[in-house]
Amino acid sequence: FSQLQHNNCISFCRICVITLAEAHPLLQNGKTIKSINYQISANCSRLQNKVSGKSKRGAQFLTELAPLCRISSSDGEEYTIYSCIRGRLIEVNENILSNPAILQEKPSTEGYIAVVLPKFEESKSITQGLLTQKEYKEVLLKRLNSSS
Amino acid sequence: MSSLTEKDRPIVQLLLNTGTCPRCILRFCCVGSQTLYRHPYKDLMKDLKEFLKNNQEKEDTVCSDVVDPPCKRIRLEHTEEGPGDLNHNGALQQIPSVNDGNTAMEDSAVKVCNVCLGILQEFCEVDFVKKVCQKVNSADYQFTSFVFSVSLPPQLSVRERATWLLVKQEMGKLGLSLAKDDIVQLKEAYKWIIHPQLSEELGVPADGKSLFEVSVVFAHPETEDECRFLATACPDCFKPAKNKQSVFTRMAVIKALEKIKEEDFLKHFPCPPSSPKNLCVALEIQCNNGAVFVAGRYNKYSRNLPQTPWIIDGERKLESSVEELISEHLMAEFKADSFNFSSSGREDVDVRTLGNGRPFAIELVNPRRIRFTAEEMKGLQQTINNSSDKIQVRDLQLVTRSAIGRMKEGEEEKTKTYSALIWTDKAIQKEDIAFLDDIKELKLDQKTPLRVLHRRPLAVRCRIIHTMQSEYIDEHHFRLHLKTQAGTYIKEFVHGDFGRTKPNIGSLLNRTADILELDVESVDVDWPPTLDN
Repeated sequence: FSQLQHNNCISFCRICVITLAEAHPLLQNGKTIKSINYQISANCSRLQNKVSGKSKRGAQFLTELAPLCRISSSDGEEYTIYSCIRGRLIEVNENILSNPAILQEKPSTEGYIAVVLPKFEESKSITQGLLTQKEYKEVLLKRLNSSS
Repeated sequence: MSSLTEKDRPIVQLLLNTGTCPRCILRFCCVGSQTLYRHPYKDLMKDLKEFLKNNQEKEDTVCSDVVDPPCKRIRLEHTEEGPGDLNHNGALQQIPSVNDGNTAMEDSAVKVCNVCLGILQEFCEVDFVKKVCQKVNSADYQFTSFVFSVSLPPQLSVRERATWLLVKQEMGKLGLSLAKDDIVQLKEAYKWIIHPQLSEELGVPADGKSLFEVSVVFAHPETEDECRFLATACPDCFKPAKNKQSVFTRMAVIKALEKIKEEDFLKHFPCPPSSPKNLCVALEIQCNNGAVFVAGRYNKYSRNLPQTPWIIDGERKLESSVEELISEHLMAEFKADSFNFSSSGREDVDVRTLGNGRPFAIELVNPRRIRFTAEEMKGLQQTINNSSDKIQVRDLQLVTRSAIGRMKEGEEEKTKTYSALIWTDKAIQKEDIAFLDDIKELKLDQKTPLRVLHRRPLAVRCRIIHTMQSEYIDEHHFRLHLKTQAGTYIKEFVHGDFGRTKPNIGSLLNRTADILELDVESVDVDWPPTLDN
């Protein structure tokens, strides 16, 4: 049983926007968000990410399992949102800190988590490795059927 | 208008003996009369010999306008005795006496000058002039004047230096000095001689400011290695060569010659310079016309046309482009090598440009044709407009390079007006959008849009929407006219770009909005001047 991260990746040219996918537990009915924390370890806060220039120098580099943020819900659960793609972290969404509601109300637009820029050489293989909306739904369906 | 005097005599004799041509001799005697240099080679040679044979007591001046036939008796004496009064204890080198075998004295083959390597000899002759003009005429350029630029092999500077030192020493014996700047420059003398000939043959004047350039590159392979000693003497003057071209550029050689000490120079380079076997060769004769600039304004009626060619990995993604549709005909008419297209801002592939259109300017590089009347420009404009319905141009005209600045300043400072077709998710009524009309000078904070973030730095831009005017269409659509500051991202103002443009139409209406169509209605730059087409 592998953990499905329920991340959604929207890509423009090479830029990727990481958002929660529709089946993420946080987006299900009844969940309220208590806090969102971009401080993922003692030494690393995603809020301190600074990029400069066209090539986005100075960005924190992310691997697939790099945590972007940790979100706690009021029922005591904590969820870590992982990057799921390799690349430079361009920005994290600070709007959800001041207004956590938009994460649940508009997860695919204003409630995005982060913007990542993969390496030029890797960008094609990354987009090919993702599931389309249809494929995602099929995977979910399979799980539902297999677990019941 | 100086001419040769007594004090010049030893110099003339010395240089003639060591293989220097008459015109170079005149240069080193600081003769500044342009006409003199234009005299035929043979005449100059004859006059110099005459000058030498004149009795010292006579104190004759040589001015080719008035030729004094020398006293016959004295002449005969000289031919009998040989050049008895010519003692040259070359402190630098033993110079062979004049009667040694064949010298430049006789009518037999002209020896290549050891200073100019033939530039002031063969390359002043009518054959070369004809060759240059043939090249110019066959290249089929339109021009009203010309500038003739010549690239000389660097070793000429070395030989010039050696000869100067030689002459300086000789004059020192007479207690006279010779500053380097007093000597007539080789290039200058060459132009004195060749400009009138080229001018006559081409039918237009020579003009230093001319946009039409005829350039010749000379080389002398035989003596190519003569500059090498400078590299050991002044290594820091010679930077490693880019593109595998020779390190010994003219500039580098001149710099090194300024640095090197006289003694070091004389240690490494023969003084006087040796006589070469061959003349220089003219490697290339090229013509080039200065760029012309054509300006105008364009309208774009297609929602499927990029401004510049859209090519990824060698594959063209969309057919044609604004710049190609406009430049194609200009390139053909002006017969240019290439073009550079620029405009006062630009629009996306799917955005139309209406109204008066967007100012643009095209630089046409090395055009063969440069003169076009206003009528002809109008005709060109018509041709472009007839060839495509995707774009149209107006106010097509020739402008100067400096005028381009006006266009670029428009890009940053001037306002633009747009018309956007907007969709909303939740229903709207007329009242819901009416308030937009009252908002003035709305300040936006726009983070670099995601769609361009891969090639632009991440930043926040403050931009102003000056005015808005809404047109209700139905419950999910309305048209919005906006007047904005230059550099405002309109699409992002409508859909919000994931909340990264604030405020946005969605946030103002408390709905989700998206943009279906965008048109540029005006680019508020009053350049180029409007023509009454």
